[in-house]
Parts: sequence; C-alpha cells; structure tokens
Amino acid sequence: MALLQIAEPGESAAPHQHKLAVGIDLGTTNSLVATVRSGLAVVLSDELGRTLLPSVVRYLPDGGTQVGFDAQEQQSVDPRNTVVSAKRLMGRGLADIAHRESMPYDFVGAEDVQGAQGMVRLRTAGGVKTPVEVSADVLRALRARAEAALGGPLVGAVITVPAYFDDAQRQATKDAARLAGLSVLRLLNEPTAAAIAYGLDNAAEGVYAVYDLGGGTFDISILNLSKGIFEVLATGGDSALGGDDFDQRIFCWMLEAAKLKPLSAEDARLLLTRAREAKEYLTFHGVAPITARLNSGELVDLKLTTEIFTEITQTLVAKTIQPVKKALRDAGLQVADVKGVVMVGGATRMPQVQRAVGEFFKQDPLNNLDPDKVVALGAATQANLLAGNRAAGDDWLLLDVIPLSLGLETMGGLVEKIIPRNSTIPAARAQEFTTFRDGQTAMAVHVVQGERELVTDCRSLARFELRGIPPMVAGAARIRVTFQVDADGLLAVAAREQTSGVEANVTVKPSYGLSDDEIAGMLKDSMAHTKDDAMRRALKEAQVEAQRLIEAVQSALKSDGELLSAEELGRVEGAIAKLQTTALGENRRHITLAMDDLEAETKDFAARRMDKSIRRALAGRKVDELKEFGSHGENK
Amino acid sequence: MDFSADHFTLFSLPRAFRLDAATLDRKYREIQAQVHPDKFAHAGDAERRLSLQWATRVNEAYQALKKPLPRAQYLLHLAGHDVGAENNTAMPADFLIEQMEWREAVSEARAAGEQHELEHLHHRLKSGMSERYDEIGELLDDAGDLEQAADRVRRLMFLEKLLFEIDDAIAALEE
Repeated sequence: MALLQIAEPGESAAPHQHKLAVGIDLGTTNSLVATVRSGLAVVLSDELGRTLLPSVVRYLPDGGTQVGFDAQEQQSVDPRNTVVSAKRLMGRGLADIAHRESMPYDFVGAEDVQGAQGMVRLRTAGGVKTPVEVSADVLRALRARAEAALGGPLVGAVITVPAYFDDAQRQATKDAARLAGLSVLRLLNEPTAAAIAYGLDNAAEGVYAVYDLGGGTFDISILNLSKGIFEVLATGGDSALGGDDFDQRIFCWMLEAAKLKPLSAEDARLLLTRAREAKEYLTFHGVAPITARLNSGELVDLKLTTEIFTEITQTLVAKTIQPVKKALRDAGLQVADVKGVVMVGGATRMPQVQRAVGEFFKQDPLNNLDPDKVVALGAATQANLLAGNRAAGDDWLLLDVIPLSLGLETMGGLVEKIIPRNSTIPAARAQEFTTFRDGQTAMAVHVVQGERELVTDCRSLARFELRGIPPMVAGAARIRVTFQVDADGLLAVAAREQTSGVEANVTVKPSYGLSDDEIAGMLKDSMAHTKDDAMRRALKEAQVEAQRLIEAVQSALKSDGELLSAEELGRVEGAIAKLQTTALGENRRHITLAMDDLEAETKDFAARRMDKSIRRALAGRKVDELKEFGSHGENK
Repeated sequence: MDFSADHFTLFSLPRAFRLDAATLDRKYREIQAQVHPDKFAHAGDAERRLSLQWATRVNEAYQALKKPLPRAQYLLHLAGHDVGAENNTAMPADFLIEQMEWREAVSEARAAGEQHELEHLHHRLKSGMSERYDEIGELLDDAGDLEQAADRVRRLMFLEKLLFEIDDAIAALEE
C-alpha cells in the first residue's frame, strides 16, 4: 500500500535526526505495530515474517510468559492460564462481562459478582493478573519487535483505541503502555487512524463514514475531510460487539446442532477456535465443514451453510446499524451526504456485513485497504508526525471528539451532563459547587459517563473527594471544579475555592481503574521479572527524552529566537548546554533535574511563541500555506 | 493574543449575531492548526500545557459561536443581559399552550411508534425555528433591542429542548 508519498527526495529529515516512533493497533484478537520508513508506512513483522501478533498471553508457573502465536497454540491445552481478548476486560468490572460463564478463566471474586469491586482480575499460574498487565505483555512484545527492527529505543508510540471506548477503558490502555515502557504520543481512535490512512492515500475530500468491526468492538465515525483537516463530526458504537460474538453464535449453534452436553474449558476453547475458522471459511465458500474430536472422545461433525450463518447472526449485524443511524443524526447528516464508507477490521470481511452496510448507505463500501492493517498504518503515520519527523508541506490536523457524555451525579441519583458527547477535544467545562453545611471542609463529586438520565444507567468513572475547603457558612463557599478532557480523550479534574483562592485537594478513586500506587507496584514487579537491566533502560530512556527536549527547544529557537532578549537567550542556551553535558553522564536523576531547569527557562518563551502562532494564523499568512497544502489533494 | 479575550475577538470577527459560517470555520481551523496538542506532542511540558489550554479555549469559542442559540446567549451575556433560564414563568400563556400541544403530539407519535410523524414534527419545528432566529438577528444586530431578544432566546431554549426530545424519541424507536 502506498502511503504519504508527499516528501520529495532530500526533503525528509536526515537519518540521524529521524526519531523512532511507531503506531500500535492493540486489537482484541490480533495486534500490529507499524512505522514510517522513507516516507512510507509499513507494518513490522517478526523474525518469521508474520505481521499479526495474536493478542494472547499465557502465564507459566515459573513467572514466565508466552505471547502471541506460542500462547495461541496452547490455548486449548491450558485455557485457564492463557488469556485471549483481554481488551474486552479493560476498564471493566466483573458484572460487566458478557458470557463470563463460558470463559475458562478463574475470575477473582466470581463467587460474589455484585460485591466485586474495581477492574476484573484473573488468577493464573503466574499470579493474579489484571487485563492491563495482559495488554502490557502484548505491548512489550510489539515494542521489542519494533526496537529490533528499527535498531534503537523508541521515542514514542501512538496507540489506537476504539472510538467508543470510555474514559476507564482509555486510561487502562494508557496504563498498559506505561507498564510496557512505552511513551504514549497519543491515544488515537481506530476509525480516525483508518481515515488518515485512507484519506491521505486517496486525497479524499468530503464526508466519509468509517465502519470498524473488530474482534471485540464496533465503531462508526463520521468524518469531514477537507484540505488536510480530518474533522470527526460524530462517533458511535458498541465496545462489546465484534467478530468474537459471531464466533460465539456459531459455537451456540454447534452445541445445539450436535446436541452436546456442557463442555470442559479445553473443549469449549477448541470449538470456539473451530467456530472462528468456519466463519473465515464462509467468506469465500458457501458451506463450511466443522470437525472436532473432543476430550471426551466424542466427534463433532457438522456443516455450516452461509444461509444458517447469516440467519443466526442477523441480530448482531442489525445491532451495528443502530449506532450508524445515531451517529449520522448527531452529525446532522443524511445517508446521501456520505461520499464513501471505509471498511475496517477483519470482521467486515463477512459478506452479510458488507451487504448490510451497502444496503444502508446505498453504495458499495470501500474495500481497497487491508482491513487488518489500515489502523496500524494510520497510527504509524500519525506517530511519525507527532514525533516531529514530518517533511516540509507534509502536515494535517485531526479534530476528534469524545464518544460519550461526561456527567455528574446530582440530587436523587440524576445525571447532569457537563460535556456532551461528540464535543471536539480537548474540551473543558467548569462548574461551581457550594457547601450545604456550616463549616463543611470536604465534598464528594461522582463523575459518570453515558447518555442516560439515571446515574445507575451510566458508567461510573470515578469519585473525587475535595478536601481543604476553608470553613464558611453553608452556601458561602464557591468551589469551581474544572473538568478537562485532553487530546487522548482522558478526563482530569481540578478544583479551587473561588472566594479564598484555596486549591482544593482532589483525590481520585477510579471505579474500574488502577490507582497510581498499583501501577507503581506492577512496574516494580515487571522490572524484577524482565531480564534486561531496568536501571540501564531507565537511563537510556531519560537520555532519549533529554535529546528530544533539546531538539524541540533548538528548533523553537531557530524559528522564533527573536522573541527572547539577549539575556534570556543566554540563559536558555546555558540550560541546553548543561543538559547536553548531563545527558552524556550516567546519573538519571541529574538528567531529570537538568530537564526541569530547561523547561523552567523556556516557560515564558513557550507562551510568546504560542501567541505569535495565533497572531500569524489570524493575519492570514497561514491561509496561503493551507492553500498550498490543499493542492496535494483534489480541490472541491 | 489575550487568553481572556471574548470569542469574537479571538476569531477577529465583528461582534454580531449574523456571521459568515464559512469564515468562522476557516478561522477556527487556522488557529487550531497552530495551537492543537498534536503540534506539540514532541515539545516540552510547558508548551504542551499551553497548547492544551489554547486548543480547549478555541474549541469552546467555536462551540459558542457556531450555533445560533449559544451565539445569541453569548451576545446577550457580553451586553450584560444574561438570559435567566429560570424565567419561564414569565412566558406568555399562548406560547406555553402551544408548547404543551407540541409535547402531546410528540408523546402520542412516540407511543404509537410513528417514526414518520416524528420526523415530520422535527422538520416543521426546525423551519419555524429558523424564522425565529432571523428575528433574533434583527433584534440584536439592527434594533439593538436586548429585552425583546432575550425574550425570543428564552422561547428558543424551549424549542431547542423540544427538538432534542423529538430526536431522542426517533432514536428510541430505532432501538
């Protein structure tokens, strides 16, 4: 696939300045890592030339792990310790997991589901594992693959998430990356990543829909592509609907058709594998033979026809069309406004899905991209841009949205929406609260995500406790709570008492996430288990970071040095020189301190530069640049 | 550029209800292309923080000006004439009766599962609202009658909510 052939020879950054950045598609069933090499996005393969990495991790009694194909081969033999589709468990509580009873895992707290708190945990031979740790093991394998292929430590990664992931699921993904030692340049929505790959490749302009049916998640995003701007107008989906569910339907049909008694975990895993194979076979054939020899000695011998498969999965396909309608309405558009429908995710290969999408949009879906790779390729392209590797004229902007409204619990268990769904991010909203008792010094705020009116119908994200409010009579305090959603779609909360200016202390208790202490503990554990020298690695990372900062400041000085007085310039240059010397040494703490100093010296400079950029944008100079960029695509 | 400047100043647009949507879109994108966090992903902490604040600020301003109701509310706010949402008791009886009739029609269509009727109601309401926005434009930009404009804005707050409920009902029928 040709991507991004915009850079002229000699225009791209010199090889030694090229920063190693990757895009990672952390999928339910399979994961991929891609990068941009010589202006071309490519998927990186393992030593056997395989591009996909099954998102499967097996935990061994000696504390070791198997990841990918090795683990996948063992899943019917050792289902309890072999975790598949961990993505479905990210940021989820025990009560949220559908088909829990048919999963072979030993869930912690399964004896009392209602009483279970926080994110799900699995007991394995290698100890209790959260889905975050399982995902971190997958990411670690991809990082190792990338570093071996590229020959050095990565400066960062863009990791894709389903657009419909809520805050807890996004945070869990970011935590997994942190555990895997990856610096996250951005969490990017999967359909948006696909739109970048498709849009840049085809110089597309106009309204496009991205229909993304993955292994375990479904997303629909409506985007407007115009002159290098990818603006998401609306997004929708179902974060618990994907190809896995089609396998599950075939599995249930098999149980019924072969009149099977309740199965062991091993047999269930075997039949689910056969179900997946039959599903894939039916993409190109009318009938799929299914044979399996169970542990009990029983032989399963069935034939699944396209007609039966279509019939038993009809409701699943229909379930994807509802969010499509809703997203179109949210975008204020009709079917006729959509210029093209980009199909993403392996599950879109199913003929009945293709047909349903084609019928709804009254046009043939676009299938000219590999649905398994397009997300990783788009992510790599974005990672390359974010890392600062872009060539002249090679520039675009993504404007993405939050998929679900953020709200607060108010009196009577009702939700007050604070940031509505499909708001362009970053977004913020401040809300004032007051005390209702004399001398009240603390206050609890419950943040939820979802569209329903009752708190119990929405996802609980976190409970915040504000402490240190100065004692006043009831109703006198004015506590301004600011909710900030960043460009990763993650929420942060800050609070300040307005009359006294006292910064209230915010303690976050994530409902389905991990606390900072838990993450720190896991980091320590994982370092104890990995064979490479953790200290050396941390030093190396600090050195890479320092280099990144020095380059960023130097390039800022080159373009906007005149914004500094001679004295200020001297101080900044002094801080750079000091960091350069420190970074050559072996003391990680000194490097961090020297970086802090340089940050401090450039704070005002950063503000002046931002100011200059905005003025320039308004003065219209940027208009000409945009026009120039537009000529790369077809003008409307 | 002053971070606390009003939304119109931020986009260098005249402070008026009638605005050129294409110009607003263009200016929004031009500024966002300069300040967005994606432009600073490889920069230092200070610049990243600033970028987040500015991009948030620009999004807020764009949201406030893009749609007519928030724009009218914002203009009234700038003129020191905030629209009290709790003032609905001051609405004239005929307007309130008309509202009740609309709501009845919506809930009947919803109960009967008549999606076409709901869509018809949506379009009828929408075209009525567009005339009322024209009127607000005259009141704010030509007559400078803040009192009357605030009254019309309050009515439109009702209608926008009604429109939202109709869309909600259509969505509920699809599910």
